[in-house]
Amino acid sequence: MKNSTPNIHKKIEFIKIFYSIYTFYRDGFKGMVVGKKLWTIILIKLFVMFAILKLFFFPNYLNTKFQTDEEKGNYVLEQITGNNLNNQNTSYKREK
Amino acid sequence: MIMVELDLTMVNWARAQFALTAMYHWLFVPLTLGLSFLCAFFESIYVRTKDKQWKALTKFWMTLFGINFAIGVATGIILEFEFGTNWSNYAWIVGDIFGAPLAIEGIFAFFLEATFFAVMFFGWERVSTKFHLFSTWMVAIGSNLSAVWILVANGWMQNPVGMIFNPQTARFEMNNFAEVVFNPVAVSKFIHTSSSGFLFASLFVLSISCWYLIKKRHIQMAKRSIVVASVFGLLSSSFVVLTGDESAFLVAQKQPMKLAAIEGLYKGQTKAPIVAAGILNSDKKPGDNQEPFLVEIKIPYLLSFLANRSFNSFVPGIDDLVYGNEAQKIESTASKMAKGKTALKNLALFKQAQKENNDQKAQIFLANFRKNQEFMGYGYLDSPEEAVPPVAIPYYAFHIMVALGTLFPIIFAVFLFFALKDLLTQKRWLLPIGLISVFLGLMAQQSGWIVAEVGRQPWAIKGLLPVKMSATNLFAGNIQITFFMFLGLFTILLMAEISIMLKQISIGPGEGR
Repeated sequence: MKNSTPNIHKKIEFIKIFYSIYTFYRDGFKGMVVGKKLWTIILIKLFVMFAILKLFFFPNYLNTKFQTDEEKGNYVLEQITGNNLNNQNTSYKREK
Repeated sequence: MIMVELDLTMVNWARAQFALTAMYHWLFVPLTLGLSFLCAFFESIYVRTKDKQWKALTKFWMTLFGINFAIGVATGIILEFEFGTNWSNYAWIVGDIFGAPLAIEGIFAFFLEATFFAVMFFGWERVSTKFHLFSTWMVAIGSNLSAVWILVANGWMQNPVGMIFNPQTARFEMNNFAEVVFNPVAVSKFIHTSSSGFLFASLFVLSISCWYLIKKRHIQMAKRSIVVASVFGLLSSSFVVLTGDESAFLVAQKQPMKLAAIEGLYKGQTKAPIVAAGILNSDKKPGDNQEPFLVEIKIPYLLSFLANRSFNSFVPGIDDLVYGNEAQKIESTASKMAKGKTALKNLALFKQAQKENNDQKAQIFLANFRKNQEFMGYGYLDSPEEAVPPVAIPYYAFHIMVALGTLFPIIFAVFLFFALKDLLTQKRWLLPIGLISVFLGLMAQQSGWIVAEVGRQPWAIKGLLPVKMSATNLFAGNIQITFFMFLGLFTILLMAEISIMLKQISIGPGEGR
């Protein structure tokens, strides 16, 4: 019993701090004037960016094509060395 | 396997998309960097004087800061999307160098915004005055510190140091963190860029305050704002001039081709003059005998001093750098191309020898690659002239930036003088100048980045990787679609920002959070 009392006090203190942080943010968001409009814009923007653009138009090219770092490294090395094995003097060409 | 020529149209669309995104992103960043400090100054004066008008003034500018921040937030993330999709070779090759710094920036920014940013906007009546002021300062310092890492990354691309190319992984790997972080180009870039942000924000405050004075509204607030913005603007614009000089010196040392392009200098010379103003001859090509300028006004000796801190020194021109100059011991681009091709060939042979489990051969090819690796990027060039950036764009952008950069300290000094004499309302001819100054600041900001980025072409990583090799092998049509999507999205967001901001300015201090 002697040991449990301070623990309970600590827990109560922690809950109080947590609650005051929560009310700080809650009241802050509730009291916004211009902020409400701005948050709406931010959320729409983030949705467009991550749920549409990133998902449908901006896949990570290497991640979609290869599984391992070794495969990615080999692919990029192939891309940047091109046909240098065959001909040193021609302009840079790329395999497709 | 079908061998196809690299589709340069695709590279150019990817370039255009990146430029569009970066320029859009840069509309918001300088204002965030500078306005955060101005808010901290305003609030510090309020805490010191306990004058309620300073509090209202602080809240007003903080609201505009919040609007700018909200619209601009996460626009930089789109650049990262583009790296992964359009620039996958580049993203892979530099992943080891940039991964950690950019992750630090992301985490740092998140915690900063979630804590101090919230206190700054929500905490006026909830936390002590001193803690609120501390939070405002933390937002200002934190916002500026988060710009460090991206500028370290940019500085590294302009002057790659502290790394080694690993042919096993096809990546540049960091072998000296301090060298990367304290890269002189990165340090200079951070100082010049952040101080130019302070300058721009000061112009923003000056401009809006002048509008109030023209409209004869919130006169006391406008006058007070002008005093603080003029002091900050005068200090930061003077600093921008000094750091700009240092930046040009470093360009001369590390990227002489960029310096030659921004000065339209084709034939190198000792006691080189700087072009104060001039119209380029658009027919001029490297190596021909045409005059580079149709009209020009020069200041003798100044370019030599700017480039080498000596009035009598030699400054190489585009022709010297492309075709070489034995007297000045400048290697030709053709010679560098030969070394670059040797590096690339040995890199390919190294990989092939490894596949064949021939370690002895692999080590020989690797040693040959190492001997020539500093020129590997030149191996991708089709002609020596390809090493020359498009001259006109960085030339005009540089001269616009310098002309405006010289004008700003004068504007701030004049405003400060009349503000301290309390003559601003009488000198009505001055107010429209202050009003339009923010647009001049915007032009200078964008010009600065055009100089930095177009001037370093054709390189993504100087001397090591040209832009054309950084791109993913995609079809141009894919990028065209997203280019126009971004154009639409950015236009809508920009209109939203301008309309919310104008409404807030029209309401004036006392409202909004």
